[in-house]
Amino acid sequence: MTRSTAAPLLRQVAARLGTAIGVLFAVATLAFLLVRLSGDPVKQLLPPDATAAQEHTLRAQLGLDQPLIAQYGDYLWGLVRFDLGDSLVYGRPVADVIGERLPATLELAFGAMVITLLIAIPAGIYAAMRRGRAGDTSVMTAVLLGQSTPPFWIGILLILVFSVQLGALPASGYGTFAHLVLPAITLAVYSVAVIARLLRSSLIDVLGSDHIRTARAKGLAPGAVVLAHGLRNAALPTITVIGLEFGGLLGGAILTEQVFSWPGIGRLTVQAISDRDFPMVQAAVLFFAAAFVLVNLLVDLSYSLLDPRVRAQR
Amino acid sequence: MTTTPTTEPSPTAPETVTHSARTGALRVLLRNRLAAVALGVLVLMAVAALLAPWLAPYDPAAQNLLVRLKPPAWQDGGSASHLLGTDQLGRDLLSRVIHGARISLLVGICAALLAGVVGAACGLFAGFRGGRFDRLLMRAADIQLAFPSLLLALAIVGFLGSGLWNVVLVLGFTGWVSYARVVRAEVLSLRSRDYITQARATGVKDGTILRRHLLPNVTAPLATIGTLHIAAAIVAEASLSYLGLGVPKEIVTWGAMLADGQLYLGTAWWVAVFPGLALMLTSLAINITGDALRDVADPKAYRR
Repeated sequence: MTRSTAAPLLRQVAARLGTAIGVLFAVATLAFLLVRLSGDPVKQLLPPDATAAQEHTLRAQLGLDQPLIAQYGDYLWGLVRFDLGDSLVYGRPVADVIGERLPATLELAFGAMVITLLIAIPAGIYAAMRRGRAGDTSVMTAVLLGQSTPPFWIGILLILVFSVQLGALPASGYGTFAHLVLPAITLAVYSVAVIARLLRSSLIDVLGSDHIRTARAKGLAPGAVVLAHGLRNAALPTITVIGLEFGGLLGGAILTEQVFSWPGIGRLTVQAISDRDFPMVQAAVLFFAAAFVLVNLLVDLSYSLLDPRVRAQR
Repeated sequence: MTTTPTTEPSPTAPETVTHSARTGALRVLLRNRLAAVALGVLVLMAVAALLAPWLAPYDPAAQNLLVRLKPPAWQDGGSASHLLGTDQLGRDLLSRVIHGARISLLVGICAALLAGVVGAACGLFAGFRGGRFDRLLMRAADIQLAFPSLLLALAIVGFLGSGLWNVVLVLGFTGWVSYARVVRAEVLSLRSRDYITQARATGVKDGTILRRHLLPNVTAPLATIGTLHIAAAIVAEASLSYLGLGVPKEIVTWGAMLADGQLYLGTAWWVAVFPGLALMLTSLAINITGDALRDVADPKAYRR
């Protein structure tokens, strides 16, 4: 990379990073406020017959007797040092608990992403090439079904067929490849639908453009035209959506983990909300927001690498 | 953050929505056979929801342990008195599915209306006025999009406490972004058109321009987003209720029925399958209708 292109790129990275940090700060503040608005965790943690003195001691222990602004200061200072506080339920730093659950969620998300790309890209290309014909219609019908079906219902159907009827795959649990199959499929269905649909429509747009007509006129095989000239140009909007869909994937992960008792961060979050384990909820919310912001930052930056026109504009 | 161009209606809406265009839209919608079937399903669901107390053969909460986990009528051991069978407490599934439609549609429609009003107002104002309010609003939209929406809804409901109207409020206030963005984009493209400039030049007040000239032009995309949002809100409510953090247990919801049914999948598939089917069918029918509406609203699609 020459100096003249590197400097604007660096400036762009810096600007995006600034926005990302701003968003995370806002999310952190929102999480802090939401947790405080939601009722008294001390009353939740102690048995109903606890004395006022016991309440007072616990309140002091948790730092809840401080003025709100001091609590907020402590919280932000903790965040800067990656200290997210101790879980009220586990009695350990929440960062440790999240760290233990992270591999399971990453495994699930990665499995779902692999399935998504393996199915969505060929399906999208196929539908675009067969536009308006039976193949296209069946892909689009499947897409519509996939988009309309909530992940927990897909999970329950898969359990019913593959675990209860066929006895082929485990209905819950974690550890082996067999355990991963059903949850990963469940989580993938929605993103397969979204990405196949989008790839199809961007490919159809691209296939109508002049350079494709030129490539065809040159006598290139239809498959080669799509792969060499079409896909490259259709990639940009598709990658944008992969980034945006990542948020949906995280939400889907919460439901999928619940259906299959998958020991990941999604299930941890739902449990923490039920238990009013507020340091854990704050940390989980921040974790999900950070993951989403990071993925979208990478998506934004990938434009410059993929599309010379975007690079020139900036 | 970037918007997804193809999931939003085209910004080239017709300049004014006339009466004939509107009835034309309905005709186009009905000519699409799939959309007509979907509309039929929706009408059926709406009727079931409205007339639930009269249509349902039993009180959805009435327990009868003598008939617990009875299979549907067409299976061995099933009986015509419980067409879709019973659940683990001997409650009639058909009655529960019918009553569940009420909550799903109520939450879906109310949340979409709330989000539509909030989002359209923000989008109209931001697009028309521009400046600081516009920048602030778009930044807020970015921040909200940085939150997986289910997690946001979960966190807020988890903290506010579960409750029917809490769920409506949360889904309404978390759904405004897509309305606001589309309306804003539309208004930005309309703002510099000649007829708006002329209206301004002749001294028409801003409020009147917004109401008489801009609002009618954004109703088509609003209707499309609103329809699709109803489906999203129904699924979101079911998700929250499935997780046990949505509508309280005493109210019959498809999501909570699914959570119950999952425990009996090995012995009584019907407890989970019927509410699941109802949920999927409703969401599918609404999405098909919404897609058809989008095709109608998009003049490019109109000509095709």
